[in-house]
Amino acid sequence: MLYRETGQFKTSYKADMAVFPIRQDRIGLAIILLLAFVAMPLFGGGFLLSAVMIPLLVFALAALGLNLLTGYTGQLSLGTAGFMGVGAYACYKLTTFFPEVNLIVWILASGFFSAAVGVVFGLPSLRIKGFYLAVATLAAQFFLQWCFIRIPWLYNNNVSGAIEAPVRTLFGMPITGPHATPELRYLVVLSIVALLTWIASNLVHGRIGRSWMAVRDMDIAAELMGIRLLPTKLLAFAVSSFYCGVAGALMVFLWYGSAEPEVFSISQSFLILFMVIIGGLGSLIGSFLGAALIYGLPIVLKSLFPMLGLSVGAATVEHITFMVVGAMIIGFLIVEPHGLASIWRTIKQKLRVWPFPY
Amino acid sequence: MLYNIFIDPFVQMAGAPDLLVQALWDGLVSGVLYALIALGFVLIFKASGVFNFAQGIMVVFAALTLVGLYEKGVPAWVALALTLVVMFLLAVAVERVVLRPLVNQPDIILFMATFGLTYFLIGFGELVFGGNPKAMITEQLGLPRGVIDVEMLGGRVSLQKIDIAAAIIASIMVAALAVFFQKTRIGRALRAVADSHKAALSVGISLNQIWVIVWFTAGVVALAAGIMWGARSEVSFALEIVALKALPVLVLGGFTSVPGAIVGGLIIGVGEKLGEFYWGPLVGGGIETWLAYFIALAFLLFRPQGLFGEKIIERI
Repeated sequence: MLYRETGQFKTSYKADMAVFPIRQDRIGLAIILLLAFVAMPLFGGGFLLSAVMIPLLVFALAALGLNLLTGYTGQLSLGTAGFMGVGAYACYKLTTFFPEVNLIVWILASGFFSAAVGVVFGLPSLRIKGFYLAVATLAAQFFLQWCFIRIPWLYNNNVSGAIEAPVRTLFGMPITGPHATPELRYLVVLSIVALLTWIASNLVHGRIGRSWMAVRDMDIAAELMGIRLLPTKLLAFAVSSFYCGVAGALMVFLWYGSAEPEVFSISQSFLILFMVIIGGLGSLIGSFLGAALIYGLPIVLKSLFPMLGLSVGAATVEHITFMVVGAMIIGFLIVEPHGLASIWRTIKQKLRVWPFPY
Repeated sequence: MLYNIFIDPFVQMAGAPDLLVQALWDGLVSGVLYALIALGFVLIFKASGVFNFAQGIMVVFAALTLVGLYEKGVPAWVALALTLVVMFLLAVAVERVVLRPLVNQPDIILFMATFGLTYFLIGFGELVFGGNPKAMITEQLGLPRGVIDVEMLGGRVSLQKIDIAAAIIASIMVAALAVFFQKTRIGRALRAVADSHKAALSVGISLNQIWVIVWFTAGVVALAAGIMWGARSEVSFALEIVALKALPVLVLGGFTSVPGAIVGGLIIGVGEKLGEFYWGPLVGGGIETWLAYFIALAFLLFRPQGLFGEKIIERI
C-alpha cells in the first residue's frame, strides 16, 4: 500500500539513473540511518551495541570489500583475513609511532597499506583465473599470517605476541581501551562503515564499477571493448583490500581491543566469503544481510537451546551449531542461489504490485 | 646474504648427503599423502565439475569413523567395512541432497555448497565421536610400525615402516584406479561424463549414478589417506588445515589430471621439506605453512592451467 511509485515521474536523466529512484526507498534509508545513528545508541544498551552491532558492522565492511572483488570483479579470493590483518597491524604500528595523531586517521590510512599488499598479491590475477586464483590468494593468507607470527617488529616485540589497542581519544573521550563506552565505539564504527558504503555505492554505479562488471562477465570481451585488464583488476584488488584493511583495523581497535594472529586465520576468510555468497554476489545490501545472517545465526542457535528448556553441554551445542550452519548453507543455496539480496529484490517487486499482482 | 640464500644450502646438501636423502624421503612421504588427498579432489572435479572443498574433511571424517567404531567395540576389520558403508551412504546423501538440487548452478555456488558440507561433517563427526584427538588403530589393521635404519652415504637414514606401507598402498590404489578407469564399463562411463555431461547423458549414462560412484571412490581414497595420516600423527579435525595443502598440489598438477595430482604432490612435498630444512632457518623457520602455495604460484605463472591440466581455450 505504502510502497507505490505512482506519480513519481523521472524528468531528467539524473533522476532516472539515481541509486534510489523511488521516494519510499529514500525515506526508508533515512529511517534506517536515523535508527542506526540515533535510536540505537540511545536505547540499544551496551551488550547489544558491543556484542552484536559492532561485530556486525565490521563483518559487513569486510564482506563489502570482498564483494567488490569477488561479486563485482569476479576474482575469487580466500585471503580476506590476511588483508584485514595487514590493516590491523598497520594501524597498530602507525598509532605506536605517532600517538598524537587521531586514531580515525590511522584507521583509514591503514587501509592504504593493505591496498598495497592486495595489489602485490593481485598481480597473478592477470594470468590465473577462477579456482586457480583462489589458491593463489591462499598464498597471501598463509604468508601474511606467518608474518604476523614471525616478525616481532609488527607487534612491538611484546612477549604475548598479540597486539593491544592503546587508549586513544576522540574529542577528549576515549574510543579505545577499557574505558571507551560502547555507544561511542559504535558511533565511530557506524560512521566509518556508512562513509565507506556510500563511497562503494558511488564506485560500483560509476565508470569503475561498470568496467569491473565487464571484466567479471567476460574478461576477454571486456579487453576487446577497450578496458585495460591490468589496471582494472589491480584497482579492484586495491579497493577491496582497502575495505578489508579498514575492517581489520576496526575489528582490533574498536571491537576486540586486542588480537592475536589467529584472529586473521583462514577460517575468518571463509566466514567472510560465506557472508558474501549468502548475502548475494554483486550486491552492496547483500553484504550487510549476509553478515547479519552468518554472524547472527550461531548466536541465535546458541540461545535457542536454553530457551527450549533443553540442557545440553556447551560442546554439544557447538557441534550442533556447526551442523545446522552447514545444513542451512546448503539449504539456502538450493532455495536461493543468488543470495539474500535476491530475496530482498523479490520482496520489493511483490510489494510494488501488492495487493493486485498481475 | 646472497651467499646464504644461493650457495650455502647447496654446500650443506653436498656436505651431508645422508641428511639430504632423509629430507627428500620425508618430503616424498608427505607428498604421497598430499597426493592422496588431491586425488580425491581430482576424481570429483573431473566427473562432476565440483571443486570439492570437503575432501579434506572427508579424510578426517573417514578416519574418525573408523577409529570411533573401533572404540565402540567393533572389531577392526568390521569397522573398516562399516566405514566403507558409511562413506557410501555419504556419497548417496551428497548426491541426493546437494548435487541433484544444485545441478547447473555456477561453479562458485557448488563450491560454497561443499563448504556447507564441510561444516556439517565437522559438527556431525564431533557430535557422534567426540572432539578429542584419537590414535589410529594401526596394529589392529596389520600395518607395520617401527623404523628401518639404512646405512648409506656415510650416514644413517631412518625410514618409518608405516611410511613405506603408505607409499605402497598409495601406488596400489593409483594403479587400481587407473585400471578401473581404463578397463571397466563404469570407468568408461566416468571418463565420458568427465568429457561432457550432455553427451554422456545423451548416450544413456545416468549422471546421478556416476556421481554416487565417483563420490564413493573419493570417499575410499579419503579413507586410505585418513588411515595413513592418522598413523603418522593422530586423528582430529586439526588435520583440516593440513588438508588445505592439497590445494596447491591440485593447482600444480591441474584440476583434471590424476598423474598431475601425484606428481604435484611429490613436488610440493619435497619442495616444502627441502625449503624448510635448508632455507627456513634464514627467515626464522615455520615457512612450511606458505611455501607450498608459493611453489604452486610460481608454476602457475608459467602454466596457468597447471602442469598436466587441459589447455584452457576461451571463446567470446
